[in-house]
Amino acid sequence: MPRWHRVKQSFFNGERLVDSFPRLADAFVLDIKIFLWTTPAIVITALLIAVARNTRNPALFPLRLFVIGYTDVMRGVPVILWIYLIGFGVPGVGLERPWNSPLLWGSVALGLTYSAYVAEVFRAGIESVHESQRAAARSLGLSSGQTMRHVVLPQALRRVVPPLMNDLVSLQKDVALVSLIGPIEILRQAGIDKAKFANFTPYIGAAILFLVITIPLTRTTDWLLARERQRTTATRIR
Amino acid sequence: MSTKLSLKNVSKAFGNNRVLNDISIDIGAGEVISFIGASGSGKTTLLRCINLLEPIDAGSIHLEDLEITKIGRDPNPIRRRIGIVFQSFNLFPHMTVERNITLALTKVLGIEKDSAIDQANSLLDRFGLGDKSKTYPDQLSGGQQQRVAITRALALNPEVLLLDEITSALDPELVGEVLDVVRELKGSGITLLFATHEMAFAREISDRVCFLSAGTIAEEGPPQQIFSHPKDERTQRFLQRVIGSGRLSD
Repeated sequence: MPRWHRVKQSFFNGERLVDSFPRLADAFVLDIKIFLWTTPAIVITALLIAVARNTRNPALFPLRLFVIGYTDVMRGVPVILWIYLIGFGVPGVGLERPWNSPLLWGSVALGLTYSAYVAEVFRAGIESVHESQRAAARSLGLSSGQTMRHVVLPQALRRVVPPLMNDLVSLQKDVALVSLIGPIEILRQAGIDKAKFANFTPYIGAAILFLVITIPLTRTTDWLLARERQRTTATRIR
Repeated sequence: MSTKLSLKNVSKAFGNNRVLNDISIDIGAGEVISFIGASGSGKTTLLRCINLLEPIDAGSIHLEDLEITKIGRDPNPIRRRIGIVFQSFNLFPHMTVERNITLALTKVLGIEKDSAIDQANSLLDRFGLGDKSKTYPDQLSGGQQQRVAITRALALNPEVLLLDEITSALDPELVGEVLDVVRELKGSGITLLFATHEMAFAREISDRVCFLSAGTIAEEGPPQQIFSHPKDERTQRFLQRVIGSGRLSD
């Protein structure tokens, strides 16, 4: 690889990494903030959508129709496009500060799209709980709401933790897309540093910072799930 | 004996498949009544209709004076009075044995948590499961799980208990412990309806046996009559097949 030293110079430059790292870390705080305030909103919205979709009362048909339409539309358009449309579009109607912040509406766009994806994860979990569990709960006199809350959801949520984490890891990275409408978060900061020093190493720094968050996140969930399984089931088959 | 449960011309179809066809029967308070018949004869559907898990298409079901199948009636208060135990146990796997039992006590009957736990544990003691209250269903044998399921249904103190082939999913050596629980219930005042393939047991414990065939009650009567002198040709054929397979020993 004759050009390896050139690649090393522009991507793995230790000096550049050390120099830009503090700025990247600073900018990364914004990514974490966006992640932290969108995640609970996404999980709650998605849960409401999934439960609404699973209602069986004929009178709630319009509600089901609405949430089906919502998930179809939100998932059918690229996330980046929603960020542009909502992030530029909503403040464009003439909102006053602080309500015209692209950061706010970029986060909203992220939240709305991801809640549609996550709702499908929850729905799969809810539908995976066998009908006989509902029958047992209803036969004991529990209402359909109590059955959902105490019997179906606890089982459904445990089952969907891995795919849910998958979506959250994905969200944690897509937060960087908000930079495209203005806010200076890590990807944008890395771009600024790259341009300033004509060197790509800041991107490597950004990648490292993402991994520092995502890897412990997934490992911890795996560990929690394994512990739960050990507690509730008999000996595992080897 | 006063009538506890009364079925009047009950019919039920799944699509074009008529599963119950104009079934009428009166069941007395405290009576133990078994439903036998081939797979697909309607036993399970009949029990599920009585618990209101399946809506019926025609006819009516009455619990004492109350028409429970009346359209628009809230099923939940009725289900407190009519319990059901399923073939596949259907315990809640994410809850301890104790919680499986206290769930309905606290959420449906509104009993305080502490006193619900006491009730659950004294019932578990009664059925020899006292040391299992903190375990999870998956850590129990099939026989133990089914005993827990029976305990869970009994905790609500139902007037009628429906047992839907409760030993069919069990290994032969585990059947006995579950049937012992049912034996203990007989005479306690509870009305027992069970669908079963355990002919010897049906013969031993039932006050009355109903033979179901293609969704109708082909023959009913005291166990001696049904098992020793069946009148209906379909009953005769069914029992011959069952005896041939070694499921009725005497």
